[in-house]
Amino acid sequence: MATHCEEIRIGFYVCHCGHNIAAMVDCEAVARYARKLPGVVVSRDYRYMCSDPGQELIRQDVREHRLNRIVVAACSPLLHEHTFRTATERAGLNPFHCQMVNIREHNSWVATRKQDATRKAKSLAQAAIHRVRFHKALQVQRVSIRPEVLVVGGGIAGIHAALTLANAGKKVFLVEREATIGGHMAKFDKTFPTLDCSACILTPKMSAVRSHPNITLWTLAEVTQVEGFIGNYRVKVRRSPRYVLEDACVGCLECIDACVYRSPKFPDAFNEGLGKRKPIYIPFPQATPKVVLIDPATCLNLKTGKCKQTCLEACGERQAIQFNQQERLEEIEVGTIIVATGFKTFDPRRQPLYGYGTYPNVYTSLEIERLVNASGPTGGEVVARDGRKPRAIGIIHCVGSRDRKTNVWCSRVCCMYSLKLAHLLKEHSEAEVYNFYIDIRAPGKGYEEFYNKLLDDGVHFIRGRVGEVTDWAMTPEEEGRLVIRVEDTLAGCVRRIPVDMVVLATGLEPQPDAQAVRRLFNMSCGGDGWFLERHPKLAPVNTFADGVYLAGCCQGPKDIPDTVAQAGAAAAEVLSLIDKGYVEQEPNTAYVRDEDCSGCKSCIPLCPYNAITFAEDRQKATINETLCKGCGTCVASCPSGSIVQRLFEDDEVFAEIEGMLAYDA
Amino acid sequence: MPKPKVGFYWCASCGGCEEAIVDLAEDLLGVAEAVDIVFWPCAMDFKRAGVEALSDGDLLVTFLNGAIRSAEQEEMAHLLRRKSQLLVAYGACAQLGGIPGLANQFSRDTMMKFYFEDGPSTVNEARIHPRLECVDGGHTVTLPELRHVVRALDQVVPVDYYIPGCPPTPKVTKTAIGALLAGELPPKGTVLAPDTALCDQCPRKASKPTHVSFTAFRRPHLTSLDPELCFLAQGIVCMGPGTRAGCDAVCPDGNMPCSGCFGPTSRVRDQGAKMLSSLAANVDARTDQEIDRILDGLPDPVGTFYRYGLAKSLLRRRADLDLTSASIPGSAAAPPSAPADSPTR
Amino acid sequence: MTPEHWSPRIVAFFCNWCTYTAADLAGVSRMRYAPNVRVIRLMCSGRVDPQFVLDALARGADGVLIGGCHPGDCHYAEGNYKMLRRFQLLKRVLRGLGIEEQRVRLEWISAAEGEKVKAVINEMTEQIRVLGMLGMPRRFEEWDSEMHQLEGAVRQAESTLIPPLDDEEEPETLHA
Repeated sequence: MATHCEEIRIGFYVCHCGHNIAAMVDCEAVARYARKLPGVVVSRDYRYMCSDPGQELIRQDVREHRLNRIVVAACSPLLHEHTFRTATERAGLNPFHCQMVNIREHNSWVATRKQDATRKAKSLAQAAIHRVRFHKALQVQRVSIRPEVLVVGGGIAGIHAALTLANAGKKVFLVEREATIGGHMAKFDKTFPTLDCSACILTPKMSAVRSHPNITLWTLAEVTQVEGFIGNYRVKVRRSPRYVLEDACVGCLECIDACVYRSPKFPDAFNEGLGKRKPIYIPFPQATPKVVLIDPATCLNLKTGKCKQTCLEACGERQAIQFNQQERLEEIEVGTIIVATGFKTFDPRRQPLYGYGTYPNVYTSLEIERLVNASGPTGGEVVARDGRKPRAIGIIHCVGSRDRKTNVWCSRVCCMYSLKLAHLLKEHSEAEVYNFYIDIRAPGKGYEEFYNKLLDDGVHFIRGRVGEVTDWAMTPEEEGRLVIRVEDTLAGCVRRIPVDMVVLATGLEPQPDAQAVRRLFNMSCGGDGWFLERHPKLAPVNTFADGVYLAGCCQGPKDIPDTVAQAGAAAAEVLSLIDKGYVEQEPNTAYVRDEDCSGCKSCIPLCPYNAITFAEDRQKATINETLCKGCGTCVASCPSGSIVQRLFEDDEVFAEIEGMLAYDA
Repeated sequence: MPKPKVGFYWCASCGGCEEAIVDLAEDLLGVAEAVDIVFWPCAMDFKRAGVEALSDGDLLVTFLNGAIRSAEQEEMAHLLRRKSQLLVAYGACAQLGGIPGLANQFSRDTMMKFYFEDGPSTVNEARIHPRLECVDGGHTVTLPELRHVVRALDQVVPVDYYIPGCPPTPKVTKTAIGALLAGELPPKGTVLAPDTALCDQCPRKASKPTHVSFTAFRRPHLTSLDPELCFLAQGIVCMGPGTRAGCDAVCPDGNMPCSGCFGPTSRVRDQGAKMLSSLAANVDARTDQEIDRILDGLPDPVGTFYRYGLAKSLLRRRADLDLTSASIPGSAAAPPSAPADSPTR
Repeated sequence: MTPEHWSPRIVAFFCNWCTYTAADLAGVSRMRYAPNVRVIRLMCSGRVDPQFVLDALARGADGVLIGGCHPGDCHYAEGNYKMLRRFQLLKRVLRGLGIEEQRVRLEWISAAEGEKVKAVINEMTEQIRVLGMLGMPRRFEEWDSEMHQLEGAVRQAESTLIPPLDDEEEPETLHA
C-alpha cells in the first residue's frame, strides 16, 4: 500500500474558536496529548484556525516540518472542511490529506464539564490522527452544469428569480400549479409600509415573465419527478388541461360572457370565495398568462357532455377552446433548481374560539385584502357579509402564530399587514379599528414609523391575546354584534369590545404538501415543516441537495422585500454555478477492485442509482462513477470486501474506531 | 544435504484434516520423498519426547490442524512453534476455530454437563465427570484441562501461514506444500488460497440473476434443491459470496450450499458480519414486522454466519461468559448439584 | 479505564445528511447532553458495515448508536432501509452472542431533530450505565488469562531442562 511507503508526518491543530471551544476544552492539553501520538510531528493550539494566520500556520509547518497529513480539531466539517482542505492544498499537499475533528458542535457546545469535554476532544482527535494515516490523495470530480434552470412556484419569489436569471440570458422553466402566476402577492391590495399598490408593482413583472424569450412558463403544472444530480437534473412536469389553447386565446373574455351560466355561480378562489365566477373564467384581470380556463368540476359540458357550448361559438374561428385537451407530461433537463413554493395561511377554523366559520362577520386577513381592493368583490367597499357597514372592526393578531396549540413561530408579517389593513379599513370605512396584539413586531425599514403613524391616526391598540369572539350580548350596545373578550394586559382587566367585523391575522404555514415536495427534490424540512436551508447564516438559500436552492416563504415566513432579496440570492447562486460551468464534487464515490470481485452480484440490486452493472465479459461487477452518489451502501454490503468507497475506506473507518477507543482504554 | 523435516499434528479436530493429507493420494509419495516426516502422531508412532529432543527450529514446517481447546493442545502448540521454522494452521479449525469454535457460545460447564449428563445419547446415572487428576493403582494419572475458550491457533502462538478448508482440498494442500518447499513464500500471515470469493469458481455463477432479493429464507434440508440454479436465487443461504475460493466449489457441485469453511477474504475482518450485511441488505421488506418475518427463516444466525469463524470473529465468544460461569445467564435451567464424590474436574 | 472510574463509551455512526447535521444543530442550539458519545461521520447509514459495530464493541465501546434519516427521507433514497434490515439481523446475532439489546441502537433522526439527538444520547448513556461496562478488551484479557499460567509453567519447566518422563504419554481414556 502506498501509505506504507512514505513516512507519515502529521500536523495537528486545535482551534480555540475564541471562547467557543477554549472555554470548555483545555486546548493546550489536547495538543499536548496529540503530540505523543504516532506520526504526529507538530501539534499546536491556536486561537482561530480558520483565520488567515491560522491557515498560514499550516502552510509554514508543512514547509518546515515536511508534513504530509493535516488534522484540524475545530468546528463541524460541514462548516469548515472546505476551508482546511483548501489550506492543505495551498500548503502543497493533496487537499484530501486533511481530516477535521468536530470539537465544537459535537463537544464544547454540548458539554457541561471541562474535564469531560477535554477527554472527548482527545479521543476524537486520536480517532482522526489514526484515520488520516490511511488517507489517499484524491482528485475532485468535475461535473458540468447545464445552463437551464427550473423555478418551481410562480409567486413573487419565483417570478423575481426567473426574471433575474432570464435577464442574464439563462433559459428558465417556470412551473406554477395555479392557472396564473402572482401567488399571494397578487391578492394583496397594498403593501406595507409604503402602501404601494401591490398589483401595480407586481403585474409588470408578471407580464415580463410572460413575454420574456428566455422563460418557458407552464401554469396548471406540477413537478412529478426529479432525477439526476447537480448540473444534470431530469425533471418530469405534469401539465393539467386548461381546455383552452394558450397560444390561440387572446384574452378577449367573450367566451365568459357567452357561457350558458348567465351569472357567475361558483366561489371565486382568487377572491377567497367572497365573489363568484363562471365555469369558464380568468382568475383576475391581470392574470398571467392572460388566458381563460375551464374548471372541469363545474363546466356543464365537461361534466355531462350536454351543453350548448356557447363558449365555442363566442370564440369562433380562433378555436381556442378545446374540450378534449388531455393532461400532458413534459420532460426537461436542467442544471439547477430554485424551489419557491410559498406558504399557505393558517386555517382559523382550527381555533374555534375566534368564531371563523361560525360568525359570518369574522374574516381572514386575506379576505379583507380582497374586500378593500378596488377590483375585489365589493369594489373596495367595506361591507360585511350581512350587508352592514361596520362601525367597529377588531383585528386579532397572532392567529396560528406564537401559539403552542397551533404554530409556535412568529409569522413575521402579520403585525405589519394588520397595521396596513387597519389603515386601509379606516380609509375605506368610517369604522373604529382595534388591534389586539401580543407585541408589535415592526423591525424593518420604515416599519416602526408606520406603526407610529397608525398610533397617531387613532387606531386602537389593546395588548392581550383574545380569549374569545362571541355573539352573546351582555349589554344593549353589544346586541347583534360580535364581542371580543380579551385581557387587556396594559390596563390589567378583562374587556369586552363589541365590533361588527373581526379580522383574523392568520399566520403563515408550510404548504400542505411540503413533505412530498421535499422528498421530490431531496431536501430536508425543519421540525416546523419549512424547507431547511443548508446553513441558517452562511448558506440561507442553499439546501442539502446540491444544485437545489430556496427562495421565499417555503423556507420560512418573510415579507416581500426579504422574499425578493432571497430570490435574487438564489438566482445569484445559480448564476455563479452556471457561469463557472462546473462543480467540483466530493470524490467519495465507490469502485470495485476488479481483481478481487468474485462476481457474486450481491451489490447490484442495492444501488438506488443503477450505477452498478455486471460486466458479462469479465464476470465482475463494475461501478459507473458518474452515476455513483457515494452513499457507500454497496461497500458495506460487499461480502468479500471488494468495493471501496473513497474518503470512507474500511481502513479509514476502522482506524477511526480504533483511535477513538484507544484513548482512556 | 538432508531432507527438510516436517511435522503434522492435530488438536481439537475431527480427523478430517488428517484424511485430507492422505487424500493427496500418490502425491503424498512425492511429499514423503521430498521431506522427512519426523512427527505425525495420527499416522506414525512418535513420542512427544522425540519432539522435545529436537533443537529449536529443527522442523522446517509443522502443519497443525484443529482448534486449541485443552491445556495439552496449548502446550503442544507452544512446543511445535518453537521447534518449527514455519508453523502452518492447517484447516478451518486451526485457522478460525472451526466447528469446535461454536462451543464459544456456551460455558465450559454447560457443555460438560450436556455431554456427560443431559445429552440425548448420554447414559450416566451416577453423573460421573472426568477428573483432572486421580490415583489409580498407586499411580497419579492426570488429564489435560479443558479450556473455557476455544481458540484458533494464532490466538495461542504466532502462525506463519494458513491453509483453509474443512478440510483443505488436496489441490489447496498440494499447492501450498509445493510453495513452502520451493521456498516461494508470500508475506507471513498469508492464507494460501485465492483471495476472491467462491462465486468466482462456482459452476452456478452464471445462473444467478443480477437482481436477487429475499422474500423468504429456506433451509437446504427442507427444500428440494435445484441442482443448477444459484442457491441464493433459491432463497438458500449460501456463504459463497463471503467465503474465500480455492475449493473449486465442491459443495455447490454436490448440490449443497457453501457453509463458509474457507473463511473470509483478506479484506474482511469478520466473515459473519459481512455475509449478514449482504444478505440482510437484500431482504425485500421495509417494515420491522416484514423484515422479522423473513429473518425468522434463519433460526440460527450465529451458527449460520459463524459456523467456522466464531473463535476468530471480532467478538470471539459469547460476551456474557466468563471463566467460571456455570450456565448462560438468563437460561432457566439451574445446574443440578453434582454428587459429592464426582467433582466436575 | 478501570471499572471504578468507568463511564459509558458509545461509538456513534451518523449519516452526513440527517443525524450528523442534527448533532451539529444540537450544538448550535447549545443543548447540553451526556459526553459519552463519539461520532463517526459516514455519508449514509447504509455505509454502516456490521463489522464496524462489532469492531467498536471489540475495542471497548460499551454501546454503538447508528443514526440515519427517517424512512422515506434518505438522501440516497434507500440506504436507511438497507441499514434497518442489517440491523435487525445483526441484533439477532448479538443476542446469540450475549450482547444486551440496548447496547446497539438504530435511530432515525432528521436534520431538524437536535432535540432528539440529545434525548437519545442521554437515554442510551443512562441505559448503558445501568447495564454496566461491556469491556470486551478486558474480557478478552480475562479469557486469555487461562493460557498465561501454562505459558509460564512451560517456560519454567524448559529453563530447568527436566528430562521427559517415560509415562508422559497422554492417557487416552480415564474415568474417575
